[in-house]
Amino acid sequence: MKKVYGSAAEALDGLLFDGMFIASGGFGLCGLPELLLQAIKDAGTKDLTFASNNAGVDDFGIGILLQTKQVKKMISSYVGENAEFMRQYLSGELELEFNPQGTLAERLRSGGCGIPGFFTKTGVGTVIADGKEHKDFPTGPNGEDETYILETGLFADLAVVKAWKADATGNLVFRKTARNFNPPAAMSGKICVVEVEEIVPTGSLDPDHIHLPGIYVHRIIQGDHEKRIEQRTVRSA
Amino acid sequence: MWDRNQMAARAALELQDGWYVNLGIGIPTLVSNYIPEGVEVTLQSENGMLGMGPFPIEGEEDPDLINAGKQTITELPQTAYFDSAQSFGMIRGGKIAMAILGAMEVAENGDLANWMIPGKLVKGMGGAMDLVAGVGRVVVVMDHTNKHGESKVLKECTLPLTGKAVVDRIISNLGVLDVVEGGLKIVELADGVTEEEMRAATQATLV
Repeated sequence: MKKVYGSAAEALDGLLFDGMFIASGGFGLCGLPELLLQAIKDAGTKDLTFASNNAGVDDFGIGILLQTKQVKKMISSYVGENAEFMRQYLSGELELEFNPQGTLAERLRSGGCGIPGFFTKTGVGTVIADGKEHKDFPTGPNGEDETYILETGLFADLAVVKAWKADATGNLVFRKTARNFNPPAAMSGKICVVEVEEIVPTGSLDPDHIHLPGIYVHRIIQGDHEKRIEQRTVRSA
Repeated sequence: MWDRNQMAARAALELQDGWYVNLGIGIPTLVSNYIPEGVEVTLQSENGMLGMGPFPIEGEEDPDLINAGKQTITELPQTAYFDSAQSFGMIRGGKIAMAILGAMEVAENGDLANWMIPGKLVKGMGGAMDLVAGVGRVVVVMDHTNKHGESKVLKECTLPLTGKAVVDRIISNLGVLDVVEGGLKIVELADGVTEEEMRAATQATLV
């Protein structure tokens, strides 16, 4: 089966529909599927729900889909650095579900692993726990009960992901901290489309060094990435 | 009274050889400048890295290499990368010995508020709720009072919580307090700070 496509638009052809739920990789502007997000903008698909740790900045990442009002709801842990996001949220145009960062990552991973719910201590006693099932488990240092809350797995219609290298079968290698949410987002999608900096010949990746096997990957494109830096910090030499 | 750097230097004394630790944004980040001689600690960055190095020298910034504050950083010989689910797996799983975090308010029972002020712009909790729920020990580094001179060390937090009964120790510009049965205990006073001054600036019960 052919997984390699010629462009982001081709790779998304037939997969997009209004009201769909998309999981996106990236942390801040690092490891963002920037070409696929641009192609979703160009396709004009509306009423999107995104599970994504952040919302990009005004003119990069999911921010470009906020400008065109294609996003209905964000499931995120941190949405600073985006003025248009705040404007739409405060005016009620945009729904926002805050998830603790680790809960969001695990919800994506769990969904991809066929686990519809899991218990976590994160958020117990905070607004995050409101309305969620509470359960005690004997996990304390001396076997005493500790309280957990039930969080649910996320099952996305589509995952959009950025990796460093892929082979034609979809085996992926990520680079440094650009890995971040990309593997759990990929796992959460019924269909996963990946953009990479380089498609290498099948057989050239060391099978022991593959970060995400091609079973999770349905379509791949190679492209040029801007890879914008959000906070450039340096020390004197 | 301690300044930011003195608070960071005092917080660095909390580090033990061999520990894996997570440092929050702000004063906690400065702690890495004061790691005592002979103490080897590995810094975790919750976006997927163990073995966080210093900022790069100009021209060596890498957009694929950032910390949780989205700043460009560098790697070290022992660095390892992983995805966000595994990163929070090690946090939630108790593998990180300690987190040093900033705070807006801390209560005498260890409640921590550091993620939102109702009515103000809400940016999100990021990884703070996972960290305080999962790591072995939570140390807060913050100014003892806010800019209006009001105590940030309270009987009960007024702001929405990040975690319930999660803080073990507070290091402020006035000294060091531990969360113990019945309230807070003074462990240490900063240079030139009297117990009376500490008591006057603390709304929480001091035992």
